[in-house]
Amino acid sequence: MATFLGINLFGLFGQLLVGLINGSFYALLSLGLAIIFGLLKIINFAQGAMYMLGAFAAWLALNHLGISYWAALILVPLAVGAVGILLERVLVRPIAHEDHLYSLLLTFGIALMLQGLFTHLFGSSGLPYAIPDELKGGTKLPFMYLPDYRAWIIVASAVVCGGTWWMIEKTRLGAYLRAGTENPQLMQAFGINVPLMVTLTFGFGVGLAGFAGVMAAPVYSVSPEMGSNLLIVVFAIVVIGGMGSIGGAILTGLGMGIVEGLTKYFYPEASTTVIFLVMVIVLLLKPAGLFGKEA
Amino acid sequence: MTSLKSHLGHGDAVMSTQKSHREKLRISDLHAFYGESHILHGIDLTVKQGELVTLLGRNGSGRSTTLRAIMNLVGRRTGSIVINGNETLGMPSHRIAHLGLGYCPEERGIFSSLNVEENLMLPPAVRSGGMSVEELYEMFPNLYERRFSQGTRLSGGEQQMLALARILRTGANILLLDEITEGLAPVIVQRLGEVLVTLKERGLTILLVEQNFRFAAPIADRHYVMEHGHIVEEVAAHELDARTEMLNTYLGV
Repeated sequence: MATFLGINLFGLFGQLLVGLINGSFYALLSLGLAIIFGLLKIINFAQGAMYMLGAFAAWLALNHLGISYWAALILVPLAVGAVGILLERVLVRPIAHEDHLYSLLLTFGIALMLQGLFTHLFGSSGLPYAIPDELKGGTKLPFMYLPDYRAWIIVASAVVCGGTWWMIEKTRLGAYLRAGTENPQLMQAFGINVPLMVTLTFGFGVGLAGFAGVMAAPVYSVSPEMGSNLLIVVFAIVVIGGMGSIGGAILTGLGMGIVEGLTKYFYPEASTTVIFLVMVIVLLLKPAGLFGKEA
Repeated sequence: MTSLKSHLGHGDAVMSTQKSHREKLRISDLHAFYGESHILHGIDLTVKQGELVTLLGRNGSGRSTTLRAIMNLVGRRTGSIVINGNETLGMPSHRIAHLGLGYCPEERGIFSSLNVEENLMLPPAVRSGGMSVEELYEMFPNLYERRFSQGTRLSGGEQQMLALARILRTGANILLLDEITEGLAPVIVQRLGEVLVTLKERGLTILLVEQNFRFAAPIADRHYVMEHGHIVEEVAAHELDARTEMLNTYLGV
């Protein structure tokens, strides 16, 4: 067994890989939350339910419509995004001018209802979703075995997160989004249809959760609780990174996945709480979060 | 500069020969409210093609609210606001800009998450024939030098020039300018005065909210004086000398 300074490298790299995988999902989900929070100033508690919806949609598409994983990877985020657009228009918009606590409760209620509905329809035990044939293999690396699908998760998530970051920070469309986050009224006065922008942004943020759901279906079991379990951790990550920072959400998501993985190796008992510990420390030292602007 | 003038002013010059004294903006019996507070109490004013008209008055007299009401940025409005022949009272604010309006808010509204060039490129074109980025950099060389700086790192004067340049790029031919000289050094105020004269020569129509009467007097065609949400006086440029005393009373200078 390969060891270095008494550390079992197989075990360490294995946990690092698990950390990176989890971090990829954290990054995708907290990115969606950050985008939505930036423009709408609401905390979308239904983000986890949208992730769950994405996974179930992929499962249903495969088992009832014969739609492959690859097609689902494109179609499901669009469908989940459309659900998001509908939610924003029908439910979130009418209370947009009220205290943000109302929209928080609303999205939390939507999450509970969806979770309840899917438990009723499919039970809570979880459904299997096979890894697509193209990604069933793996690669033997010096200190670990890297399954292809796990590598794919990391690459695809990095591409989607990086692409989203680039779009927001470097393009004209992104400039609209950043400016709309700062001063929506002035954007409206410049002739930009801000309400439409808000709807599409909500749809996009939610669509990212749907994408994460499809990616997750083959590695985690497709179950009604998968979203709520993940969302608590993702909220802690968003607090650590700082609300509204796009790059911050991505980096913190990946970083916390790795921190969690390392803890699992060195002190497994703390692995489920380490992120919350980091959250407490960050809140004490830098209340606006690592990448957030001080208010 | 001559080439700029022909480029920018072309459409307006044709229009003004066809319909001289065409009204670009007519406001009738405009009331505006922020929640329960009634801010504007029946404003009537008109601005004709190519005119530079000021709204004078003390702070809180309703001048900025008048501009904001034109852009539909206040709570509720009644009355009528006709821009280029279109009634805009029922229009959402994002459609109003596309009638050819450029709005420069009192707080300048430079976005801190955008650099200078992104700020400049941000507002979408509302008409054809806007000034090109090169022309704007020629007009405001400081902006070119600092084009990759964060927008809010500019000096107050530079931010004001950016806020102005940004709406000139869109092709807007009616400019609503709110206190553009506020808090700026005399040399910059003078430069802004020159810019306004140039814009006026090109046929742009300008409604200017101004505190600095000495800045506004030599360049404006007409002045409206506001108090407590009413227009209390209208003074043409040639009447200024005769009515200085009245203005001093209202403006408290």
